[in-house]
Amino acid sequence: MSIQKHTLNTNKWIDNYADYLYNYSISRINNSDLAKDLVQETFFAGLKSANNFQGKATERTWLVSILKRKIIDHYRKINSTKGQAEVRMNFYEAGESEGSWLEERVPQSWDNASEKKIENAELKSQLEVCMDRLPEKYAMVFKMKTIQEFETAEICKELDITSSNLWVMIHRARVQLRKCMEDNWFNN
Amino acid sequence: MLKRFKLSCDQATTICDKNQYGEASIKELITLKIHFIRCKICAIYTKQNTLLSVFYKGCSKDCKEVQHRLSLKEKEALKTMLTQHEKQG
Repeated sequence: MSIQKHTLNTNKWIDNYADYLYNYSISRINNSDLAKDLVQETFFAGLKSANNFQGKATERTWLVSILKRKIIDHYRKINSTKGQAEVRMNFYEAGESEGSWLEERVPQSWDNASEKKIENAELKSQLEVCMDRLPEKYAMVFKMKTIQEFETAEICKELDITSSNLWVMIHRARVQLRKCMEDNWFNN
Repeated sequence: MLKRFKLSCDQATTICDKNQYGEASIKELITLKIHFIRCKICAIYTKQNTLLSVFYKGCSKDCKEVQHRLSLKEKEALKTMLTQHEKQG
């Protein structure tokens, strides 16, 4: 029995898949330049391992699986101890008050919330500014969960993290976002 | 018995965050409500957090409608690099 050889049409890769892969990447990575770099690396890696393509999946699915691996690699890189040092604490970490709010981080009331509630471009821009100020790994997880509305299991699978790990990051992201909006939108 | 329902503010706000996505369990929600009785700060956090969810939900709708594309120039540059990469083999 002969083994069927599957060939890839690499000449058409950019026209057929670049936009799809870029869109896939930018919906997970909070940085357009980096998203473009990952697409480029995906094509290079695809070329390098073209001989391994067995034709079991479509070209696009195969390229997406390579991109997914690149995204996990990126996530692992930013999930280093250096990244963890960027976290601003909001609760006492030890002692009798462990787990209670730090005085300077206690939420203040938003008296003008109703008048500031209007949906406008300025509000959207401030929400984005606050999201951009998050440590990259928190921004990534928050964006996937809240903006792209992925299922928890899907994010955990894509980033190779546990659900409790995910909730800790969502929690830290939200506490920081609330504080950022308080300082720059509601009580400024 | 009551100790089982005792939460720190850190834990309570984590449950509140999970609940923004409808993923907190009944038990977690009960302990959260009990926590609110003695902690008004976390009750304020929850109210504001819910408002943030409404805001970001609006962003989500806009963001998901946007189809990101590479420019023609970027695609041409990618094609050139890919061809060079292929030749270098």
